[in-house]
Amino acid sequence: MDRRDFLKITGVGLGGLVIPAFYGHAIAAEELLSRIDGATKKKLADVALNAARAGGATYCDVRIGRYLRQFVVTREDKVQNVVNTESTGIGVRVIAKGAWGFAATNDLSSDAVAKATAQAIAIAKANARLLTAPVQLAPVKGVGEVSWKTPIVKNAMEVPIKDKVDLLLGVNADAIKAGASFVNSTLFLVNEQKYFASTDGSYIDQDVHRIWAPMTVTAIDKDTGKFRSRQGLSSPRGMGFEYLDAKPADKVELPGGAVVYRDSYDMRADAIAAAKQVKEKLAAKSVKPGKYDLVLDPSHTWLTIHESVGHPLELDRVLGYEANYAGTSFATLDKWKEKFQYGSDKVTIFADKTQPGSLGAVGFDDEGVKTQKWDLIKDGKLVNYQVIRDQAHILGLDASQGCCYADSWSSVQFQRMANVSLAPGKAKLSPAEMIKDVENGVYIIGDGSFSIDQQRYNAQFGGQLFYEIKDGKITGQIEDVAYQIRTPEFWNACAAVCDESDYRLGGSFFDGKGQPGQVSAVSHGSATARFNGINVINTARSLG
Amino acid sequence: MTIFSEEQAKAILDKAIKFSKADECTATLAGSSGGNVRYALNSVSTAGHVDDASLAVEVAFGKRVGTATINAFDDKSIEAVVRRAEELARLAPENPEFVPAIEKQAYKASSTFDAKTAAITPEYRAQVAADCIEPCRKDKLVTAGFFSDGQNFIAIANSKGNFGYQKSAALDFTCTVRTEDGKGSGWVARNLQDVSKFDAKSEIKTAIQKAKGSVDAKALEPGKYTVIMEPAATAGLISFMMFGFDARSADEGRSFLSKKGGGNKLGEKMFDERVTIYSDPWDEHAAVLPWDQGGLAREKTPIITKGKIDYLHYSRYWAQKQGKKAVGQPGNLIMVGGDKSTMDLVKSTKKGILVTRTWYIRMVDPQTVLLTGLTRDGTFYVENGEIKYPIKNFRFNESPAIMLNNIEEIGRPVRVGDDESPFVMMIPPMKIRDFTFSSLSDAV
Repeated sequence: MDRRDFLKITGVGLGGLVIPAFYGHAIAAEELLSRIDGATKKKLADVALNAARAGGATYCDVRIGRYLRQFVVTREDKVQNVVNTESTGIGVRVIAKGAWGFAATNDLSSDAVAKATAQAIAIAKANARLLTAPVQLAPVKGVGEVSWKTPIVKNAMEVPIKDKVDLLLGVNADAIKAGASFVNSTLFLVNEQKYFASTDGSYIDQDVHRIWAPMTVTAIDKDTGKFRSRQGLSSPRGMGFEYLDAKPADKVELPGGAVVYRDSYDMRADAIAAAKQVKEKLAAKSVKPGKYDLVLDPSHTWLTIHESVGHPLELDRVLGYEANYAGTSFATLDKWKEKFQYGSDKVTIFADKTQPGSLGAVGFDDEGVKTQKWDLIKDGKLVNYQVIRDQAHILGLDASQGCCYADSWSSVQFQRMANVSLAPGKAKLSPAEMIKDVENGVYIIGDGSFSIDQQRYNAQFGGQLFYEIKDGKITGQIEDVAYQIRTPEFWNACAAVCDESDYRLGGSFFDGKGQPGQVSAVSHGSATARFNGINVINTARSLG
Repeated sequence: MTIFSEEQAKAILDKAIKFSKADECTATLAGSSGGNVRYALNSVSTAGHVDDASLAVEVAFGKRVGTATINAFDDKSIEAVVRRAEELARLAPENPEFVPAIEKQAYKASSTFDAKTAAITPEYRAQVAADCIEPCRKDKLVTAGFFSDGQNFIAIANSKGNFGYQKSAALDFTCTVRTEDGKGSGWVARNLQDVSKFDAKSEIKTAIQKAKGSVDAKALEPGKYTVIMEPAATAGLISFMMFGFDARSADEGRSFLSKKGGGNKLGEKMFDERVTIYSDPWDEHAAVLPWDQGGLAREKTPIITKGKIDYLHYSRYWAQKQGKKAVGQPGNLIMVGGDKSTMDLVKSTKKGILVTRTWYIRMVDPQTVLLTGLTRDGTFYVENGEIKYPIKNFRFNESPAIMLNNIEEIGRPVRVGDDESPFVMMIPPMKIRDFTFSSLSDAV
């Protein structure tokens, strides 16, 4: 996540609450429901495609984007902010003289679009002088005029602001009543209306929806000066407002009593549970550092997958394109060629841009490639990466895997992470059965602090809830837990993964990459998994 | 055009305020014009230029507030954005923590603009990339970097007669150099207001030297070490610590500056005597706007003086509630130091570790500001005043509140930019004892 942007949005940082610049312009709520009609978009796209052909471009794609976002931010009994933003414009990307060029404008007149196209061609031609090898694009067959929509039940933008405010203030009141000292709750709602056209003959209209309902519940012991927080156990999802209509079948009671959620979320019940658990955290015993067998809930594991598998298997990082910022990758091409033992034979990790309800699910990526599912790690062995059209040839692939994304019409699209998930185990196994076999372990629920090096070897993760496991039984909450890993050793220590019935999605709404920085949203699924002999540190300190 | 003159800006803002029928109205007009060049694998990968301007209008009816923004500035558009803000305000619930618009402020201009920096061309940017790429190609090294620059203006006004206008310009440069075999990596960064002080040809030498010098790093055992931290290595830790300087969080009991039993640690000595940090919008090396995000005038503000907490940020609401005066929130952090360079600190070190930069810093425990992160792009073992050999990177688990109590020596502050920090910073190199490295990293 891009921390700076998150802090800006939630106002928990030093500054006041501001509208992040990249989210465009604040608008009235009712405008979140309007759309640009398809015929207008096709006409504009054709202006760019024709101008590109006439200007000597060998390829052109056009993205007309309308990005709508709504944030409702509350604490205790107060609404801190309601923000509606819109950003609309067109981005034109071309290949001319073998090089990429890109230009964008928020002026949706034919003249402005033609001008932006000419500018993109000029930039491409200028860049061609510094080129070492011409861009090699994996072929894509045009699909004509098609559309795709996130299969939502309830468009969150249609839900009145009052209902959203009432929900969050109800959540906050429940948490306070259950003993919390403070509570912050927020709704982030996103609708990306994206139109893509290219000289390959595609005109793709997509309507993408996402929702996230994070909260933080804090308890304070004034006598000791100790404070602890527990974040909500929801996941950001590629769904409509129906995610917040809690269905009893989606509630999962875990060993030890914590409750997590599948495809719908009971925010009020989680607030009450959080208030109780955070008070227990204040009195929980501090972990003894050492080697433990970790049992990781999917609400936690998603972040470990994201950092230690998703990022190192992005081909642009492997090649060195991100060396100056996010870094490179330990999972180099020679390791791929030798089918490197990334994890134990229990570990199969797949990329999937089609998974229903996931943040990364779309019909086509931002260069018109139909989305798909493929293995990255098969039975522990490294077998593939995540690529886009101009990288496919490097792996000898004849097609892109559809991993191209731009966070705005004004940003140039590049390789972004697909949903990357740990496949559930084939044998029947529940979390309770898994825990029965653990002699000395820690059961971790929820994601916490995270940090990983620039080649994705050494990582450290925290969590929200930590339960001590002794001789197959959960003894109670413990605190001050973080674990440190070296990526290949960690995944090779994977001893078991629960079965499909325990498979759940987690994810990130704000994954940062690139210079200038762009954010993307991505989900990671798993079932509860066991990792043997992992180094746990104690994070308690004294300031004297 | 996206950079307006003071007269043009004032005319637009005055119109917005005049159009408003709300109880009060605050308008902000901001514009920017900037470019960048990105390169990797010794070749330019992307180059871009973005011009943008927008008018934000915030209005209030009683305690109901609405905000709307627009990027067209004709009379019709200005009136439309005001009406839209008014509509939103009428729909919004009352904010019990509402504070009225600020009174007329006295802003003393700061020197945030530089005409030469504002005039940087695409050709200049391309030359920066070329100046980095060419020596690396010749030396069989691989470089990746990013240079961005821009000018901007901001103008604010409200229905109580407040008005401010100022232009700024700055550049930011980061560059990584790696050996072809991936065994060595070096880095250099510059954040400047004045482009005439920037010389890519000279800067790249630092990254090249560190890349070559870090090949075949040896592994040292994790543990507590004396470290010589370059300014960029501690900037992120100090900046992170500032999130605890919010008075409300401290008073509520959820900051490392909360007091047991209630209240905050304002006035208490928390750090080594030699730690003095202040904010000064008019500082000649790190000038920032003379007002904060809410329009409150900034002042020269002592933050930590000889180890004592001298400042907590009181929002206007919290100040009112606590009977305190709200002052402009600092935009820069200036840490007082001495005259020594990083290499001078190395010379006076018997045994220690030199850290070029730190990376992926995240909060582990806000109770103690325990942070974790890693060293990157040049970590070296120092003995008897000399750099002996490169060492493998470490993960640290350390609190800046502890680190700033373990100071051995402080050098000369330099301007540091940090992509995760809201501050322009002047940070010295520091020698610190007992810095906690908790594990080794194989990353280069």
